[in-house]
Amino acid sequence: MNAIEVKNLSLHYGSFQALKNVNVQFQEKMITALIGPSGCGKSTLLRCLNRMNDLIEGVKITGVVNFRDINIYAPGTDVVELRRHVGMVFQRPNPFPLSVFDNVAYGLRVHQEMKKIQLSAIVERSLQATGLWDDLKDKLSETATELPLYQQQLLCITRLIAIEPKVILMDEPCSALDPIATAKIEELMLELKKKYTIVIVTHNMQQAARVSDYSGFMLMGELIEFNKTGRIFTNPDDKRTQDYITGRFG
Amino acid sequence: MRIDPKVSQRIMVTVLSLATGLALVILFFIIIFILSKGIPVLNWKFLSTFPSKMGKAGGILPTIAGTFILTLVALVFAVPLGVGAAIYLAEYIREGKTTKIVRFGADCLAGIPSIIFGLFGFILFVVILKMGWSILSGGLTLAFMVLPTIIRTSEEAVKSVPYSWREVSLSLGATKWETIRKVVLPNAVPGILTGIILSVGRSIGETAAIIFTAGSSLRLPTSLFDSVRTMSVHFYILSREGISMKNAYGTAAVLVILILAINLAAYWILHRFTKRNT
Ligand SMILES: Nc1ncnc2c1ncn2[C@@H]1O[C@H](COP(=O)(O)OP(=O)(O)OP(=O)(O)O)[C@@H](O)[C@H]1O
Ligand SMILES: [Mg+2]
Repeated sequence: MNAIEVKNLSLHYGSFQALKNVNVQFQEKMITALIGPSGCGKSTLLRCLNRMNDLIEGVKITGVVNFRDINIYAPGTDVVELRRHVGMVFQRPNPFPLSVFDNVAYGLRVHQEMKKIQLSAIVERSLQATGLWDDLKDKLSETATELPLYQQQLLCITRLIAIEPKVILMDEPCSALDPIATAKIEELMLELKKKYTIVIVTHNMQQAARVSDYSGFMLMGELIEFNKTGRIFTNPDDKRTQDYITGRFG
Repeated sequence: MRIDPKVSQRIMVTVLSLATGLALVILFFIIIFILSKGIPVLNWKFLSTFPSKMGKAGGILPTIAGTFILTLVALVFAVPLGVGAAIYLAEYIREGKTTKIVRFGADCLAGIPSIIFGLFGFILFVVILKMGWSILSGGLTLAFMVLPTIIRTSEEAVKSVPYSWREVSLSLGATKWETIRKVVLPNAVPGILTGIILSVGRSIGETAAIIFTAGSSLRLPTSLFDSVRTMSVHFYILSREGISMKNAYGTAAVLVILILAINLAAYWILHRFTKRNT
């Protein structure tokens, strides 16, 4: 089943066309990787899925993005509500300058009044889900921005899953991290896949090959090829994909 | 002839350090001068009793009260208005003609001599709105006077909050207003506070605008429509009319200590906040 379906999506930044008629379906509870050279529109496509591009001035978007069969670009869409279900993990770890607890509780507090006990329970459960609980259970009141970078990124993931979105968008979540931390995040992604649909943008092709079920190769705003990851990395249909994954350009 | 860069470097360092030193010396000289003349006058009685014979004898209690109440009223009007305007400028409208005009206007207002504000306040509040020489007239006039400072410093403070925090807050399903309230404002507090403290300093030190609008009554006010005298005005009248230089210096010493205390407090608050944030 697909969680998100993109149909004929085009996007202009002013007069520059960053996405050209993209068609793709993201399967539920699968990890889909978007790969391609720098500037090909991976982040732009990702940010279309929870309408984060709306925040940028001069953006024009045409086409359809169906989330649970409803077009999120239809007039009258509740964007705030959409983002509760389609959340995002950013390239640079960006915890708020608040305590660990308040970071994880941020989204929960925004969405509903909650008793402290209930809140604590969810915070603990979320930290456990990302494997941070043992390290941070005695540091809940410490300032999150002082944690090591990989813990900050894990905390950002925790902060997101605390509100239980349906889809997690990740834009190069490991690019600021070392290989050990990267491995931890990949492990976590495989675990999260049981509950969430994940779309990840990455420059690291081994990473795409290791974690993803489906992969899409983009080039200059176009989605050149989309298929099972195994297929893309062993026997792609398009020569340009072949060139890219064998490192002949990009 | 070309001067050896090393020599010119040394000359410049000397000149600049001398300039810095001179500025410090002048500052210390003023403070020491005022305090040495004023502190002998200071005691609990001076602070806690009413003046008699127009201030020739007795204390300065009502002028302390007047200073505080006027400053407070000014802030009560200027802070919400100024911070609100700053949020609007920084978050809700696009950079363009409007923001430029507002900013230009604020900068012009900030440069207008306070006596003009005094005259404006006198005509508008005292005469036209019939509020008389009163705390309300004076407070509102001061509020107008410090509004540009508060707007500009708050706007800078709001803008300096990293975009990534707003972005992530919105991506977690917070509304724009929730994001402003929970992420932007708390992190802009140190900057906003700086503007408020500058404004407090300006209000406390103001004389001309206050004489025009709040009068110079030496009674303790009982309502917002009473006239008050601030310490600065008291100092001005005592010295200008040769009533008592001794008590003038005593008043000045209280003012200087108050301003130093406010700045120290501000410094301390800023320090605590910035430490938490980085
Ligand atoms: N806010 C913007 N305004 C104008 N052009 C933009 C903006 N953001 C991105 N672009 C352009 O759109 C194109 C696609 O950008 P995007 O960030 O989606 O690429 P990307 O594939 O994520 O690249 P990278 O791998 O470097 O992150 C680029 O050419 C970029 O210069
Ligand atoms: Mg990118």
